[in-house]
Amino acid sequence: MSEFFILMKSELVITFIIFLLLFIKIGKGMKNELLLQWIQILLLANCFVGFIDNRDGVLFDGMFHTSGLIAFEKNILSLGTYLISLLCVDWLKKTPHLPEFFILMLSALLGMFLMISSGSLLIFFLSLELSTIPVAALANFDLDKKISSEAAMKMILSSAFSSGVLLFGISLVYGATGTIGFASLPSHLDGGTLQILAFTFLFTAFAFKLSVVPFHLWTADVYEGAPIAVTSFLSVISKGSIAFIFISTLYKPFQALHPAWNNMLVIVAICTMIIGNLFAIRQQNIKRFLAFSSIAQVGFILVGMTANNISGNSSVVYFVLVYTFSNLAAFGVAAVISENAGKENIDDYKGLYQTNPFLSWIMAIALFSLAGIPPTAGFFGKLFLLTAGASAGNYWFIIIAALNMIISLYYYLRVIRAMFMDKNDEPIVRVKNNPMVSFALIICAVGILLVGLLSWIYEYIQSLA
Amino acid sequence: MQPGLNQILFISTALFFIGVYGFFTRRNLVTILMSVELVLNSVNLNFIAFNKYLWPNRLDGVFFTVFIIAIAAAEAAVAIAIIINLYRNHQSIDVEKAEEMKY
Repeated sequence: MSEFFILMKSELVITFIIFLLLFIKIGKGMKNELLLQWIQILLLANCFVGFIDNRDGVLFDGMFHTSGLIAFEKNILSLGTYLISLLCVDWLKKTPHLPEFFILMLSALLGMFLMISSGSLLIFFLSLELSTIPVAALANFDLDKKISSEAAMKMILSSAFSSGVLLFGISLVYGATGTIGFASLPSHLDGGTLQILAFTFLFTAFAFKLSVVPFHLWTADVYEGAPIAVTSFLSVISKGSIAFIFISTLYKPFQALHPAWNNMLVIVAICTMIIGNLFAIRQQNIKRFLAFSSIAQVGFILVGMTANNISGNSSVVYFVLVYTFSNLAAFGVAAVISENAGKENIDDYKGLYQTNPFLSWIMAIALFSLAGIPPTAGFFGKLFLLTAGASAGNYWFIIIAALNMIISLYYYLRVIRAMFMDKNDEPIVRVKNNPMVSFALIICAVGILLVGLLSWIYEYIQSLA
Repeated sequence: MQPGLNQILFISTALFFIGVYGFFTRRNLVTILMSVELVLNSVNLNFIAFNKYLWPNRLDGVFFTVFIIAIAAAEAAVAIAIIINLYRNHQSIDVEKAEEMKY
């Protein structure tokens, strides 16, 4: 019995916070600022709970399983959620429905936790839905804005469609093998035609959720229309969790179909990197720009996944950790500027360095890390991904990925040039720094700089994988 | 004549692709939602058929169907709430009218 509480501690803590917020909501209610502080303390506590007594174990007849690596992945997601609650403090204070916002966001987080530790396709499907439906409702949180409701509509329709495709794939897996448990699948899979067809459907659904290129069309619109707090949640936490479960389903239950999924991964990874990069070049809106840049980053994650060995798994987890810090820093700066100055275009960032040197430096570090320039962690993340991909022997594929890194440098540096070098007659006025936001931005910057330099982090992940 | 597995699979696959076709061609949001329901129900048929004809001792298929029905209801509820809000903002539930963001 006590093992139940230890193995499911992260899920239980999140559930507890959700219920607490529900009671606060039906009770008298609290002032937004006070409530927000309590929520931040609870989320911080949740981050610490993730480090207590992480052991391997299986619950509910194999439907739920956890291990050191899974606990580490959950810690990344909790940390990201905590940082979002700090970074978007200006917007959150103003929203009239603060408890609902966190109830929905934490339900999605709970779904992601369950998804990462799912041990059967049934639990996987249920938790995937739990992690996408609340996010669609969150995307609509600016209730009276046209683009917000349009974003939510696009999100719910594409997620409903992709879960239909996923379910069709699962039903064919069930038909072909008679089982839906991850533990018993490998012994039933032999690479038959029906199994490959079923897996293609599953792969498509994953590609939808991860916004891999032929299925990326919803991403940019949803990112632009949703409030920035939701956009950062979607692009960092949600994407990270899907990447985690994707790699563990590919490597464990569907290992027998490796020849099939390897080819699919290579093709979509090339498309994702090239199209993500080319479209990012022409974007004007900073959120749309970050959306396409995150599509391109997913392409690099897929490169690491083709490795099909331990270093593939650990490099993906490491990259998601780095990506969490860098993308949250970029979104944090965008959130501060959009909330205080109401500007979201890259051209508006011209001359930002003169008025807001702190924000410009954080943004520059984050973009350098996303581009993969050496002292930052982003460089090491991409290095490990490409090394892992190269271990599979596809050297031309790695060369294409490396060329794409050069293209991405162009558009990241364009933003940095706008901030530091371009003249602007009316730059964004000096933004009053909120201490919480500055604290979170400094955490992100320190994370970007230190995660790359401290080599034991990668070794630790590798020892878990 | 008792229908066999092939007949049922034919129906469910046809239903799936009718749903996909409707999803891509319809302009009314509620109809698009109905198309998604078609897709989900074709999956239900698939599960039931596989369970009855191929794996009568493994009841995963039937359980899965129950969960799909519940999830489809939840998804429809959120989707309709979003569509209502979209109607308030745009005065229309035509997907072509919701075009604030492009490229």
